[in-house]
Amino acid sequence: MIVVNGLRKRFGSHTALDGMTFNVEPGQVTGFVGPNGAGKSTTMRVILGLDAPDAGTALVGGRPYRSLSRPLCHLGSLLDAGALQPGRTARNHLLWIAHSQGLPARRVDEVLERAGLQAVARRAAGGFSLGMRQRLGIAAALLGDPPALMLDEPFNGMDPEGIVWMRQHLRGLAAEGRAVLVSSHLMSELQDTADHVVVAGRGRVIADTSIAALLQAAAAGRVTVRLGAPFVDVAAGVLATAGATAVRTDEGTLTVTGLPAEAVVSALTGGGVPFAEISTHRATLEEAYLELTRDAVEFRATAGPQVTR
Amino acid sequence: MRGFARLVHAEWTKFRTVRGWTVGLVAAAAVIVALGLFPGMEGTCGTRGTGSECVLPVGPEGQEVSDTFTFVHRPLTGDGTITVRVAAMTGARPDFSGTGGEREGVVPWAKAGLIVKDGTRRGSTYAAVMLTGGHGVRLQHDYVHDRAGSAATAGVPRWLRLTRAGDRVTALESADGTSWTGIGTVRLTGLPATAEVGLFVTSPQFSEATGAASASGGPSRATAEFDQLTTGGAWQPGGWTVDTIGDPGGTGGPGGPGGPGGPDPGGQSGGGGERGPADGRPNGAEQTESGFTVTGSGDIAPAVAGAAGLGTTISQTLIGTFAGLVLVVVIGAMVMTGEYRRGLIRTSLAAAPRRLTALAAKASVLGAVTFVTGLAAAAVVVTFGPDILRGNGIYVHPASAATQLRVIVGTGALLAVAAVLALAFGVLLRRGTVAVTLAIVATVLPYLLSMTVLPVAAGAWLLRVTPAAAFAVQQSTLRYPQVDGVYTPANGFFPLEPWAGFAVLLAWAAAGLAFAGYRFHRKDV
Repeated sequence: MIVVNGLRKRFGSHTALDGMTFNVEPGQVTGFVGPNGAGKSTTMRVILGLDAPDAGTALVGGRPYRSLSRPLCHLGSLLDAGALQPGRTARNHLLWIAHSQGLPARRVDEVLERAGLQAVARRAAGGFSLGMRQRLGIAAALLGDPPALMLDEPFNGMDPEGIVWMRQHLRGLAAEGRAVLVSSHLMSELQDTADHVVVAGRGRVIADTSIAALLQAAAAGRVTVRLGAPFVDVAAGVLATAGATAVRTDEGTLTVTGLPAEAVVSALTGGGVPFAEISTHRATLEEAYLELTRDAVEFRATAGPQVTR
Repeated sequence: MRGFARLVHAEWTKFRTVRGWTVGLVAAAAVIVALGLFPGMEGTCGTRGTGSECVLPVGPEGQEVSDTFTFVHRPLTGDGTITVRVAAMTGARPDFSGTGGEREGVVPWAKAGLIVKDGTRRGSTYAAVMLTGGHGVRLQHDYVHDRAGSAATAGVPRWLRLTRAGDRVTALESADGTSWTGIGTVRLTGLPATAEVGLFVTSPQFSEATGAASASGGPSRATAEFDQLTTGGAWQPGGWTVDTIGDPGGTGGPGGPGGPGGPDPGGQSGGGGERGPADGRPNGAEQTESGFTVTGSGDIAPAVAGAAGLGTTISQTLIGTFAGLVLVVVIGAMVMTGEYRRGLIRTSLAAAPRRLTALAAKASVLGAVTFVTGLAAAAVVVTFGPDILRGNGIYVHPASAATQLRVIVGTGALLAVAAVLALAFGVLLRRGTVAVTLAIVATVLPYLLSMTVLPVAAGAWLLRVTPAAAFAVQQSTLRYPQVDGVYTPANGFFPLEPWAGFAVLLAWAAAGLAFAGYRFHRKDV
């Protein structure tokens, strides 16, 4: 639906995009995560034709966004919920956008209802809370009933109730078969929402994977063994002999990699080492994300201004 | 094209749903109307009872004219010729150096010569050949037509001859009375068989601009010595009659405002006595051994508005345009910079990624709403303003329907194109205060400066090159080279022709919009 291929963009000496490449597929929520400055917003602006890339292409339904005559019927977007004329009512804000796409006023009332804004439709948008502005932004993105949606940090500044609403809404949109791209700098916001995740760092894609695969990769066969302190060294020796790597991570705890849990059990049993508990390690999404982006963050922290290649 | 129509619809919705914009437009129209309908000027025309009305004679071609001169004449039925030598020409003009008196000197458009005229009624058809104070020999007819002869000076004797043949009048001149040079032939279609023919002298209101908004003026006077007067053809028997046409003190007819002796309805010109300069030779003629010595004051010419002439014009009723323009350029700049300030420009361009089309739609809507605003306000002012001024005793030069239409449409177009120029500044500068300041400095400030404090030449220069040149569309009366007037913006006269001045603004706006479009198309937002 959205195809981003080899985007490069520099602002002065700062490289914002360095070969950003990924696809957004229909029927699922794709999370677009990465630390601040990873190039997420720049990528979205390039997709919308707001920024011109130095190299690479971004296509929506196979065409550059700037060539679409009714673009909001192809891709709905929400970049900045605060981008409103304060004196204009919510309904009129949606009305001019609808008119720009040749859509009837009836669509405005439909999306107002879908976003739960009927009650405040005729109030000036300048008085809206951030959560209401986000809803208004979602309503605007849905005006053209587009097959693809793109939202930049939609959870920012939302209260817990709003976050729940937004999550449900995004899942519902994906369930309707739409491609949904949602950026966030907090992986935890995307837990239980995204099906797929594109992790960005330093202007390029670090990982492009399903959430399930990401979790699995992060856990990567790590097994935790708890046993009496006197047996730790013996157990480590037995497991090393069996071909695993065992690291003592705590008093009476070994973290084992290289062997599945059943093999660990049989090796310890065969070696006559008593153990209290064996568990496979469960990585959180946040851990997996931090693992992936550590390099990018460290690079920035130590050598930020050097990026001039 | 359908895409453009959709964007125009969207931009219109955008515009009308922000109260500030609509209120601003209504305020712009209101200030133009208010300053047009509630003027501070008062005059005396028609406010002092019967006889105080200001009525100008109207020439054969419909223009209002001045027709005040000293006339020594005899009737001529059918064809005939008259020849005379202007032996000497002297004059006096007001002195503005502070003494309040007058000084010697013939003013450039003082006239002495021969005239063929349909009776003594003011405004009737005529043809005249004359020696002028500073413009050589001229052949003039029916007030607005002027043809140059030789560049003879007023101090040197000059022979002049007029010949009537049917409805044609031919003028000749000579330096020695024997060798004659033709100046031209004019046709007076309305000239009856019997015309009044003879000598005339007149000398126009003298005035000079002393600043952008101030002028000094007063009546001048000329005296010519005519001799070697000969006639040939079907002259009726009898002597010469002397009339001071248009002079309230003379025998030529009822008083009127056409000459220097008339009332001062505009309240603008200085001086103005009952019958010309207070001292010296009175207007009239006396027969000498060899001819006549004739003294006259006034003019035979189209009437011009302003300090040198009389009253005001519909241009001055639109004085509030500059205030409306301030509001309109503020709106023009802010509809763009407001979007940049709030990031709304990204929403706009996400909805309309073809940026040049988007900019064209925005400019079209802005241009249309400001055009209608200016058009409506100017229509109200031009329709009702002159009547209110007349009610206050101000003489207002009438303008033809075509001129009124041009002033009204031009005022709307002035606001519209200036707003689009401000929009271009908004695109280029992106910051409201900067764009608004620049737009006001470009469009309103040059006009205000040339109307008030600048020397006339500097003001004229500004009104040729800056976008404020478009105020020329509001000029409603003509300037005539054969009439010395105070042709300043404050008197309703602009240095460029109406549509030429508008073209200057149009060029600025086109260049600004093209540059803005180029940058808008390429730059990231």
